[in-house]
Amino acid sequence: MNTENLKYVSKELPKLDSMALVTGKPVYLDDVAPKDCLVVKVLRSPHASAVIETIQTEKAMLVPGIEGIYTWEDVPQSRFTMAGQTYPEPSPYDRLILDRRVRYVGDPVAIVAGADEKCVDKALKMIKVTYQVEEPVLDFHTAKDNPVLVHPEESWKSLCPVGADNKRNLCASDVCSDGDVDAVMADCDVVVEGTYHTKANQQAMMETFRTYCSIDAYGRLNVVSSTQIVFHVRRIISNALGIPKSKIRVTKPRIGGGFGAKQSVVSEVFPAFVTWKTGKPSKMIFSRKESQIASSPRHEMEVTVKVGASKDGTIRAVDLYTLSNTGAYGEHGPTTVGLSGHKSIPLYSKNVEAFRFAYDVVYTNVMSAGAYRGYGATQGIFALESLVSELADKLGMDPTVIREKNLVAEGMNMPAYYNEPNDSCALDRCMARAKEMIGWDTKERVRDMGNGKVRSMGVAMAMQGSGISNLDVGSATIKLNDDGLFTLLIGAADMGTGCDTTMAQVAAEVLQCSYDQIMVLGADTDASPYDSGSYASSTAFVTGKAVEKAAQQMVSNILENAAAWMGITDESEKEALCYENGRVYSPVSGREMSLAEIAKSAMAGPHKTMEVTVSHCCPTSPPPYMVGIAEVEIDKETGSVELVDYAAAIDCGTPLNRNLARVQVEGGIGQGIGMALYEDIQYNEKGRLYNNSFMQYKIPTRQDMKNIRVEFESSYEDRGPFGAKSIGEIVINTPSPALNNAIAGVTGCYFHELPITPEKILKAIRENEKNRK
Amino acid sequence: MITIQNYVKAESLEQAWELNQKRSARVMGGMLWMRLSRKKIQTVIDLSGLGLDGIEETEDAFKIGCMTTLRELENHPGLLAYTDGAVKESVRHIVGVQFRNLATVGGSIFGRYGFSDVLTMFLALDSYVELYKGGVIPLVQFAQMKKDNDILVRVIVKKEACRTAYLSQRNTKTDFPVLTCAVSAAKGRPVKAVIGARPQRAVIVEDESGILAGGITAETAAEFGRYAASCLKFGSNMRASAEYRGRIAEVLVKRACLKQEDPKQKNLKLEGGRTC
Amino acid sequence: MLVQITVNGKLLKEEVEADLTLFTFLRNHGCYSVKCGCETTNCGLCTVMMNGNPVLSCAVLAARADGAQIETLEGLQEEAAEFGAFIANQGADQCGFCNPGFIMNVIAMLREYENPSEEEMQEFLAGNLCRCSGYEGQTRALKAFLAQRAEKGSAGANAGSNTGAGAESSAGADAENSTAHASERQGKGEA
Repeated sequence: MNTENLKYVSKELPKLDSMALVTGKPVYLDDVAPKDCLVVKVLRSPHASAVIETIQTEKAMLVPGIEGIYTWEDVPQSRFTMAGQTYPEPSPYDRLILDRRVRYVGDPVAIVAGADEKCVDKALKMIKVTYQVEEPVLDFHTAKDNPVLVHPEESWKSLCPVGADNKRNLCASDVCSDGDVDAVMADCDVVVEGTYHTKANQQAMMETFRTYCSIDAYGRLNVVSSTQIVFHVRRIISNALGIPKSKIRVTKPRIGGGFGAKQSVVSEVFPAFVTWKTGKPSKMIFSRKESQIASSPRHEMEVTVKVGASKDGTIRAVDLYTLSNTGAYGEHGPTTVGLSGHKSIPLYSKNVEAFRFAYDVVYTNVMSAGAYRGYGATQGIFALESLVSELADKLGMDPTVIREKNLVAEGMNMPAYYNEPNDSCALDRCMARAKEMIGWDTKERVRDMGNGKVRSMGVAMAMQGSGISNLDVGSATIKLNDDGLFTLLIGAADMGTGCDTTMAQVAAEVLQCSYDQIMVLGADTDASPYDSGSYASSTAFVTGKAVEKAAQQMVSNILENAAAWMGITDESEKEALCYENGRVYSPVSGREMSLAEIAKSAMAGPHKTMEVTVSHCCPTSPPPYMVGIAEVEIDKETGSVELVDYAAAIDCGTPLNRNLARVQVEGGIGQGIGMALYEDIQYNEKGRLYNNSFMQYKIPTRQDMKNIRVEFESSYEDRGPFGAKSIGEIVINTPSPALNNAIAGVTGCYFHELPITPEKILKAIRENEKNRK
Repeated sequence: MITIQNYVKAESLEQAWELNQKRSARVMGGMLWMRLSRKKIQTVIDLSGLGLDGIEETEDAFKIGCMTTLRELENHPGLLAYTDGAVKESVRHIVGVQFRNLATVGGSIFGRYGFSDVLTMFLALDSYVELYKGGVIPLVQFAQMKKDNDILVRVIVKKEACRTAYLSQRNTKTDFPVLTCAVSAAKGRPVKAVIGARPQRAVIVEDESGILAGGITAETAAEFGRYAASCLKFGSNMRASAEYRGRIAEVLVKRACLKQEDPKQKNLKLEGGRTC
Repeated sequence: MLVQITVNGKLLKEEVEADLTLFTFLRNHGCYSVKCGCETTNCGLCTVMMNGNPVLSCAVLAARADGAQIETLEGLQEEAAEFGAFIANQGADQCGFCNPGFIMNVIAMLREYENPSEEEMQEFLAGNLCRCSGYEGQTRALKAFLAQRAEKGSAGANAGSNTGAGAESSAGADAENSTAHASERQGKGEA
């Protein structure tokens, strides 16, 4: 499909809110929250597993300025989940606002609300709690069927058949397959197997979790939150507080980053509870420490994968088992795990005759996990892509060649991807382009630089989805206003990604007006049409299509009204009427009417509505594809690794905004590099997390990254707006396996646990040298 | 976060010293580490009004006021020339420019932190600290002392015909070091290697047996590296294991020695060893 | 204690507690561009200029800032918009939360360096974390800005003036055009 004639879609346009952001305007939550609202904080458990025996709050209540202190005895006793998912949520209902049983170091014990931070901090120190400390489950290998239960309570419940059983510490469990994997495996020339461990990485968005609440003129709870999911937040708060949804309104200001972190309710319930109890406005601003120790990070996973192949490198069978650690609560546990198989195995659909994918998701007494960009696919792809590179080494094949031989192509069916068809796919072209970008075929893969340093290249492929098939709903409302300006209302949340702008670009393309003539209002449960929210790589693809359809509907309404106002009665002239560049024009009579005139007419007298709402849901979730090739330089004496170059070629269909899409890729690769090389999660033997600040959890600085280069190699997806697929998540998936492959060129071995630190590299280099001798 | 009852901008060192005799009082440097403690401080004493910032270079010494920032340190042409740029190398990886505009030499040295790049660097030079009551004492002696209530007024570096090199190993570019290493060589004394972030406090290893006495070559440098590492105890923490630190110590000492022989580095020709 | 702090040219006299940070002081006085991202002096979001030097306002006591000249982005709107347009034209503003601290430090860097090399830029700005962009777009914006400044400098020398807006410059590069685009919209926004 030709996308060259597009005027707004795919263009490199600045975001509509960019100048406010770069000049530091007060547009974020803590900038807009009133100064006089109550400050809410929580006392957190020092134990990984304990039952609260007593809490003495009387003395703390005497601190001047304290408004209220609440404990487990004060909150509703009906369990809920904090996962932002479509109802009925696959995540189990295993939470209370405050629970008598605390399940990880950091679990809330009491809520304190007061006039300012100082008095609240003082009161927090004065609360005396006695705990009956219990033995925690800290090793996720031993969690399943462990006699020690993380959720022994009878009130625990699972709404969906995901294989959850709290009496077995199971949050989910399943197995699925296609073909006889054991038989095919037995018939293979080569079988390789490996177990790959990834940690509970933090999204580490610059703005921590935060929420402000107040009661409005109608006695309703107004929740303003830094969230990706306003509609789900409304339901979750309704469940948590036990109040009707009609009593709750949720909106969002500008958001300082999310990456999935804010697809769970994290800070919302506490100020919501306080404001509902006291009637007073309140806010909760998470500290960075709280964001590190009590939030919604990536699920720690251990993926064991077995690949069977022919001598020529034909990959015939994949057998994959994932053990996922959901921590103390089950948010996104049953769903993230699915992607570890369903969004890795299909990359090899071409020759795979049989696959099996099984998993267990277990409860443990560490911080609970949530949604983080990639959502399980990242973990699965690290495992499978690392193993395919190991297979290539074993067969003496070039790691790009073995992939070229097996990669999924357009038109194929993908059994491991819920049997969806692969309608748009340029993965083969991505591979060719990435190789060309980095000069794969023009230099040695591993080169000794002669100064104690070695350069080496490594490759990986990736896929993701575009929304959840047959489930995610995107909607758009378009209104025509005075002067011919349009309002676009969406329920998707711009968290810095720029979706307010890309959605305006889609509308502008159809409505043939400048994109800044579209006023976008994002995410207000009272005003926005329903949208599942900004997650699962859905916004560009699902909401974008809704916007396109709504704009088309608006055009046909404009034509219908204009015909009447222009006095056109002749059916053939009506048929020929066209809408172009802000006017309606009749090629038959030469009559025309401007958008401004149309808008004026629409505000006086009867007419067909100039406000349209369209909802959209897609039966498929077309995967974007990507190839990443990393070149690193390793210091053989210290194990230090420098990224020299990173070539990424991506098929996201039509990029809705090439600049914003490019930065999505660069940013995602940056986070992926952090996960691969730097960002560690270390617990002590009592379940306390060491990496509780940016001092101890090292996300990459600009000096740690170099030359991330991105090119688009687009297919055209008919089901997406102007051929678009998603881009937000896939971008984090290639760095870990590509770097693993590159580093293996020097160490001679693959790492099975992230991050790959200089110490681990040096150890491997030395062992490799020893083995050679 | 830290709570502070009173803030006093000292008007004299005597006043500062007197205030500091109370256990609940603290002298503030850049406030970068102190603010992370959850302690209650009765009185915080600010020396920033006493003109103790800035570096004075004389014929035979550098006098570095305790309130001199790390950023001033890295930009001081005289110190850069004197240390072959090692001073800049020792601080430029510390968090960022905004941090180094606050962090003070006095705070870094007085704290005697295990991870301190600054302490490692100055131990490699002929450095002294001037304490308000304790007078001028060698830095190497101060580094071993327990913290007391005296006030560090300035750091003094006596010039000698020396060459210096600084290296550190870090997991990310601006992280705490996994290991720090400074090497200096001067006529009339053995080559000194200082190794810090072991993760314990930096210590000096001297080339007493004259490994480098015949000149610094790839072989002698490597041998001195092995020797230096063998003299020290290393520990493990979340950033690296003791074993890795030992290996890195060998490598960094070797490289720092060899850096001194790099003709591009400086004009001064030096022989290693004590007997020259 | 009573402090007198000049914020963006305006002298503020106020009684403050001993442990009040400059960060909180500034936000209390409406400087909302100053953000907190970490509490451990690692992120650079709270960067302000104190007596001309970029510092982390979360680690400065308001008491110590007594008598100091403080600049925040609120007082540097023109410079912020001028450079910020280059960020916007890369789409590198993203969530925007780190932008004010980053741009403050860029302004500080540009006061110190006429024409910093890429390595100097990376080192000067290393203390400014960004989780969205992977930094590449920020680097492109800096390079484009420096190129334009160099061009304007030489064009300005010829014409005897270099105060023209980017849009009036003779350069016809795409970046230039979209610079005009971003600032034009800002003009509208403020109108």
